[in-house]
Amino acid sequence: MNALVVAGVLIVLLGISYQTGWSKSRNLVTADGVKVHSRPQYHGSFTAIWAMIPALVILLLWAWFGGGITHNYTVSQIPQDILVSLDQAGLNGALIRINALASGYGVAGETAPWEQAAGDAVRSFNFLTFAGTLILAVVAGGAGLFYARSQINARLRARNSVERVVNVLLLACSAVAILTTVGIVASLVTEALRFFTFINPIDFFFGTVWAPNNAGGDNHGSYGLLPLLSGTLMITAIAMIVAVPVGLLSAIYLSQYAPKSFRAVAKPLIEILAGIPTIVFGFFALVTVGPFLRDFGNAIGLQISATSALTAGIVMGIMIIPFVSSLSDDIMNQVPRTLRDGAYGLGATQSETIRNVLLPAALPGIVGAFLLAVSRAIGETMIVVLAAGNAPILRGSPFEPVSTITVSIVNQLTGDTDFTGPQSLVGFALGLTLFVVTLCLNIFALYIVRRFREQYE
Amino acid sequence: MDMLAGKVKKTSLNVDSAMNPTDVLERPIRLTARDVTVHYGAKQALHGISIDIPDRAVTAFIGPSGCGKSTFLRCINRMNDTIEGAKVGGTIKLDGEDIYAPALDVVELRARIGMVFQKPNPFPKSIYDNVAYGPRIHGLARNKADLDEIVVSSLRKAGLFEEVKDRLQEPGTGLSGGQQQRLCIARAIAVGPEVILMDEPCSALDPIATAVIEELIDELRENYTIVIVTHSMQQAARVSQRTAFFHLGNLIEQGPTEDIFTNPVNKQTQDYIMGRIG
Amino acid sequence: MATDIQTSPDKSSSERTALIRAGLRRRHLNEQIFRGLGIAAIAIALGFVALLFADVFRKGIPAFVQSNVHLSVTFDAEVIDVGPAPARGDFASDAEYTAASLKWQRDLALLNWNTIVEASLRKAAPEGFEIDSRQIQSIPETNARHQIREMFVRDPSLLGQTVEVDVLASANAANWIKGNINRDLGDAQQQLSPPARQLIDIFVENGTISNGFAWSIFTNVDSRAAPASAGLLGAFVGTLWMMLIVVVLAVPIGVAAAIYLEEFAPKSRLTDLIEVNINNLAAVPSIVFGLLGAAVFINWFHLPISAPLVGGLVLTLMTLPTIIIATRGALMGVSPALRQAALGMGASKTQMVFHHVLPVTFPSILTATILGVAHALGETAPLLLIGMKAFVASVPATPLDQAAALPVQIYLWQGNENRNFFEPRTAAAIMVLLAVMILLNGVAIYLRSRLEKRA
Repeated sequence: MNALVVAGVLIVLLGISYQTGWSKSRNLVTADGVKVHSRPQYHGSFTAIWAMIPALVILLLWAWFGGGITHNYTVSQIPQDILVSLDQAGLNGALIRINALASGYGVAGETAPWEQAAGDAVRSFNFLTFAGTLILAVVAGGAGLFYARSQINARLRARNSVERVVNVLLLACSAVAILTTVGIVASLVTEALRFFTFINPIDFFFGTVWAPNNAGGDNHGSYGLLPLLSGTLMITAIAMIVAVPVGLLSAIYLSQYAPKSFRAVAKPLIEILAGIPTIVFGFFALVTVGPFLRDFGNAIGLQISATSALTAGIVMGIMIIPFVSSLSDDIMNQVPRTLRDGAYGLGATQSETIRNVLLPAALPGIVGAFLLAVSRAIGETMIVVLAAGNAPILRGSPFEPVSTITVSIVNQLTGDTDFTGPQSLVGFALGLTLFVVTLCLNIFALYIVRRFREQYE
Repeated sequence: MDMLAGKVKKTSLNVDSAMNPTDVLERPIRLTARDVTVHYGAKQALHGISIDIPDRAVTAFIGPSGCGKSTFLRCINRMNDTIEGAKVGGTIKLDGEDIYAPALDVVELRARIGMVFQKPNPFPKSIYDNVAYGPRIHGLARNKADLDEIVVSSLRKAGLFEEVKDRLQEPGTGLSGGQQQRLCIARAIAVGPEVILMDEPCSALDPIATAVIEELIDELRENYTIVIVTHSMQQAARVSQRTAFFHLGNLIEQGPTEDIFTNPVNKQTQDYIMGRIG
Repeated sequence: MATDIQTSPDKSSSERTALIRAGLRRRHLNEQIFRGLGIAAIAIALGFVALLFADVFRKGIPAFVQSNVHLSVTFDAEVIDVGPAPARGDFASDAEYTAASLKWQRDLALLNWNTIVEASLRKAAPEGFEIDSRQIQSIPETNARHQIREMFVRDPSLLGQTVEVDVLASANAANWIKGNINRDLGDAQQQLSPPARQLIDIFVENGTISNGFAWSIFTNVDSRAAPASAGLLGAFVGTLWMMLIVVVLAVPIGVAAAIYLEEFAPKSRLTDLIEVNINNLAAVPSIVFGLLGAAVFINWFHLPISAPLVGGLVLTLMTLPTIIIATRGALMGVSPALRQAALGMGASKTQMVFHHVLPVTFPSILTATILGVAHALGETAPLLLIGMKAFVASVPATPLDQAAALPVQIYLWQGNENRNFFEPRTAAAIMVLLAVMILLNGVAIYLRSRLEKRA
């Protein structure tokens, strides 16, 4: 409701200010014959910017500090004798009840007279502060409007001012990307450091036992990364064994052999795989591939668990096929045609040309593409959560359940914990590990691919 | 077209016969093309080309860019097969054998008709492996010593051996442009072709490297039938014995090189040689 | 040089031809094998696409059929003895009326509605069929009593009357009817008692139970107590809220950032850094964005847990790099001629970008945006970390309410213990998710082709 009122007021302010600037500008044109520097819509925007910025600043200030002020006021409305008797939880409860009364929803049970009084006081306080802020914002906006209006004349370089503001806005938008990275690094590092105050980093990075004590208490359990890392690497390796030959060969066939019409149909069909949400692959792995592998193992006398590194790895490999194939396709297209002609001119068959000339020439780029695929496999979550079996034990057989870094992050961070113990904080240490590993892979891979592209440019 | 060739010869009256030894066309003919047409999709790139190419001589194709000379060259070893949508008509015979016959193996054909390209295109392998590649895929060497011998002799024939003998294992892409192009020639020679097609082999090279390659072509003609496409008339004059002038997908005129340059019959040829087209 | 040529160990041309011919068969065979490998790879990839879709459809389609139990329910006045519903006219103020009305509803809730359901079931059963109360009540879904109570709350005049009502069969009953459970298993492994199973078969025979399209999947929220009534509405609305946030935030910010970087930014170390940063951000695992959301939005800013707002913000940050990269690609593709033409006519750089360059690239930006949103739509892992794996049985009215999301709902359902019932339902939810994604992709393709034709 309040948000709607604020939005409405702002829109009205925007409209009025724009209109003001615009019409003054129009009058300039008709009044004297001097050439006006900027067109009316720029004068309108100029005025609107001058009106909106002060108003928004005041509203933002209130949004930032208003909560704290209201909170202090509400606390001050609780009688002193009652206040001292309340502990933190009790105080929170009381505040919730008062706010419920103030908002008019009412509360369950009988209300104490002081609660009712405090509720009424908070209600009027809320109304007054809201109305006050809004009026203040409108006044500030109006002042900006009149200042801007007074500035409008034929020589005002309104367009340049408006464009400068637009530029700053655009810059701010691209800074969001930087802020995201900063946010990721800051949150991962601070929370991971808090985790390392509980657990020695050596025990984390080189520990071979993963057994967090999620019950809490003084015994935190052990947090060895190695079982998770081995599971992650095993699944990634299996995924690459599936994805690389299939992806690479299909890219070769599609780009070198397939007639145009076949390529036009098959390529998008394969790329469908890239668009399917990973949770769907996870389900497919869990209910279809896993049981199939188990039965298949039984048939050939091999003990294969339904949820295992093999199951997760195979399905993850399927998921990565289009990634590998479209990147390889892209890379192979960069190899100049003259190189292939050279081989054909010597009498090489098509497959000889591809194997002996095209692939070696494209190799650096393809390696880069594979590293990107590896990084994607390491960071993949839902397939392994559903199909890897969640058994964080250090072992070498791909036929048994394993666990991975991402699975453990999901298990440890359920979302309703308050990041106080190592049980949940370990998620950030794992996340930091994951982030650093994938970042290094990505940077390295992008570097290789870029070098490769420059080579043939 | 045979008639035309004869006519050209006869019209070259003011050429001193001492300067012009017997026309190379009197040597055995290796390649004969009759009514060769090429379509790229709906576009016709060549209109009925007929030409004879003599043994152990250099035949040059000249003409303004886009005239079809490279297209025709690529027909001779069926490189146009690798271009999607290209269709070749007419007949081309190598020693009387139709190279577009369905039974003919294009792999074998290309081993007999080698090719050198406009831009030097050494494979991203060592110098040795570049030259050895052809003999390897074709199984021409019985053992390592055999292969070494082929590589060395090919590099020698291409006049490159002395320059690279100490770094045969280094990548071929590390050589200079002219050396790369000679490497590509060595690579083509290594397979032991009878005919070598050269598609503007000097267009990416500096004048000094060009001179070296031209000298090399002159030497190679002792043993190979060479067809060279060039946009440089001077080059055609320097290296070739016979010249064919292409324009807009047509073969306008052909004859002994000196005749074409000193006394062209056709107005268009004359214009081109005078620098009015192209 | 000349001597070299003469002494070189050239084989005669016929010898060479013989050698080449000898190898041809093998080489052409290798060619065929290599080509065959390529075809096999394509077949494998396409086979997996087909297998995955076929598998999901085969499992999911039965879930779109629900078993309904037709009952004639008598609103027995002896059971419903809470007095008449309060009328507004009897009270002085709204508050008093609301209080009385709430009390009446509370009283109703305390009644044993199961007896009414049971009575109507027994009415439908053959005369003298022996089955105990607990067994017979395992046939309808547990929410049947709420459904009947709600009917009465809406229309108190039903007291004493008998009306025809369709209620859902329970999940176990549905399993039995659809054959999701092996009928030959022994009693110990069956979830329903022998008389209940027998009665269900009788009901199917006499038409008391019949199958219909499972609208409940689309109109209901998730439910644990009454699994047969579990639907996707809450998750769907939660996803809609998140998509709305992604569209409102990621699209303008992403396009603006791309415009800045491509058109305005001076070539400097900072812009280089931003560029590298964006490329890497695009490859950061999605779960890391979940960690970011958990730490920054929830732990530091105290935004509500499980809320579409937080999910939307996380997905926005995740989608931004994709949109920026795609938009930059589109801007890069605009011909310099157009730019020079605009600048040459005296347009400022800003005018050139917004009046000339941007409209041309609009189709590609739109397509990229839709694809980015579609990708965000299917993302699960980061949502789990911001508390969205909580069970939520309501439709979120605002983005600050607790909510589920479609992919998270799939995750929750696949983990449900009642596998026989929830496996098809999970597959059905996947079908809905895929349908939404295919729809979005289709719209993107359609819009692109239309806009490009017009341009």
